[in-house]
Amino acid sequence: MIKAKHILGGAAALLLAGAALAAGADLGQAQKQATNWTAIVMFGIFVGVTLFITKWAASKTKTAADFYTAGGGITGFQNGLAIAGDYMSAASFLGISGLVFGSGFDGLIFSIGWLVGWPVITFLMAERLRNLGKFTFADVAGYRFDAGPIRTFAACGSLVVVAFYLIAQMVGAGQLIKLLFGLDYIVAVSMVGVIMMTYVLFGGMTATTWVQIIKAVMLLTGATFMALMVMFQFGFSPEAMFAKAVEVHSKHDAIMSPGALINDPISAISVGMALMFGTAGLPHILMRFFTVPSAKEARKSVGWATTWIGYFYILTFIIGFGAITNLIPNPAEYFVNGDIAKGLKGGGNMAAVHLAKAVGGDLFMGFISAVAFATILAVVAGLTLSGASAVSHDLYASVWRHGNVDSATELRVSKITTVCLGIFAVLLGIVFEKENVAFMVMLAFAVACSANFPVLFMSVLWKDCTTKGAVAGGTVGLVSSVALTIMSPAVWEVSLGHAKGTAMYPYASSAIFSMTAAFAVIWIVSLLDKSAQAAKERALFPAQLIRSETGVGSSSASGH
Amino acid sequence: MKDEDIVERIQKNPKFMQFVTMRNNYSIVLSILMMIVYFGYILLVAFNKQFLGTKVAAGAMTSIGIPLGLGVIVFTIVITAIYVRRANSEFDAIKDEIVREASK
Repeated sequence: MIKAKHILGGAAALLLAGAALAAGADLGQAQKQATNWTAIVMFGIFVGVTLFITKWAASKTKTAADFYTAGGGITGFQNGLAIAGDYMSAASFLGISGLVFGSGFDGLIFSIGWLVGWPVITFLMAERLRNLGKFTFADVAGYRFDAGPIRTFAACGSLVVVAFYLIAQMVGAGQLIKLLFGLDYIVAVSMVGVIMMTYVLFGGMTATTWVQIIKAVMLLTGATFMALMVMFQFGFSPEAMFAKAVEVHSKHDAIMSPGALINDPISAISVGMALMFGTAGLPHILMRFFTVPSAKEARKSVGWATTWIGYFYILTFIIGFGAITNLIPNPAEYFVNGDIAKGLKGGGNMAAVHLAKAVGGDLFMGFISAVAFATILAVVAGLTLSGASAVSHDLYASVWRHGNVDSATELRVSKITTVCLGIFAVLLGIVFEKENVAFMVMLAFAVACSANFPVLFMSVLWKDCTTKGAVAGGTVGLVSSVALTIMSPAVWEVSLGHAKGTAMYPYASSAIFSMTAAFAVIWIVSLLDKSAQAAKERALFPAQLIRSETGVGSSSASGH
Repeated sequence: MKDEDIVERIQKNPKFMQFVTMRNNYSIVLSILMMIVYFGYILLVAFNKQFLGTKVAAGAMTSIGIPLGLGVIVFTIVITAIYVRRANSEFDAIKDEIVREASK
């Protein structure tokens, strides 16, 4: 019972955090369940298939370019699915449907926030990234800037985002697997670490891409089936579904309007900014744009990604309402001790899994459980790969060796980094087992929108931007976003346990201040920068502009 | 022909800057539209919860906020599709033409 309360506490923390933020939200402490063999067998099949693909991918992964970008031969449609697979985390599936189950309308506000960053990427970034970059987003800023400082900064920005995101995913994975498969936490976390390392180490970007594609297809298929079954029960009338939900839900009509998710306008705008612009600063997402052969395919990828992710969020909304109408009338089956007041068996995030059983029986529930696990694997593989590329391509090859390094050596460094990151992820997953890590994803988004995005945006679009300006502004964004997030109520009071009302920063997200500060500092420092280096960098802008707009001279498909 | 020469010729072509300005304006207009729609919705949530909770019709269960919210999702998908379609056909054709002229 204490556990169930903890999960509710986790959900409340999430709300408080306005942490609308939590794509990879904390799944809360989970109760270990009885071993679920159907799910384990299904998951075993998934791992078998993906390892077979990894073996095939390994035979194609010979150079650093193959490792980072799958040789640049992924099509726009495939990449769109892979991006969707990279972005739709287990927590956004289980977390959002759980939130809809608990409070109805509010879940929709979360979903929308997670989606609106995509048009921004499409309109402003995707094509320019593809034309200017090769392996990492630092390549883009590094086109005309001094390689040492800008790549060191970009690698730090990437690694900070990857680390926070990875911890949230690993802890979520451990809790989820304990819950779904009935395995021990440490066993679960280690399994995720080992399988993920196998994908990345041997199959590089090719294997990671296909794991993400398969996962996206499984998740979309499973969610579509559930949503269709729910709509079928109501003769495809949303009105009938809402009527039934309002009738059975303890909050009744309150589930049809916004609750306490967002109250003050500054938090509302700040959270909105973090989500909208943070997506455009996530290194594992940006990296995916280098896997396609041309700007045209890059645009197609983001078009497909937006479509699938948007469609998926509509499904989670229906699934959440389906859980209300299917589970609440049957408390003996789905609630702790058959008492609705005591919450769902396994916690609020189990709504979608229980609904899977209600509409498709044990076999389908096993399938959905396996999908949830596969989802985590796909996300952590993408994160690890982007972390490894930041270390090997930016720090080692470009900064440390000044680009004088052959592909084989760079590849070896990437693989060593992958192993280190894998071990690091498992260890941190174990260290943070009992912690509330919801804020980690918030931190990742705060840093992405306040450090990575402004540097990328200004370096590509503003001719007077210089290395000094970019590094100074990016650093201000990085430090202020981390500091303000830690001082915010969601971290200071909820996660660190200080008394209520003691948080020094009152809003749900740092973005409105930290992102603005980053842009302002980039602007001022660049304007004041009169050095010879700055003049050289400004002189390179026209050539950069032509390459970013036309693709002339950009890194070609098979890469070299 | 070497890339550097093509770059130099593109730089001298007035059509190039015209094209960049036109396309940037289009991107900015669409970005602003997206921001108005999203931040508009979020501010409604912050300031006017009653409005979003109003029923779409007398006796109906569905509240206005739900079709509006789903509408924001659909709008996001559609506006992205509109840009991708136009960029991949019209813009790319102009760009290819500029590059071709420079490569002659």
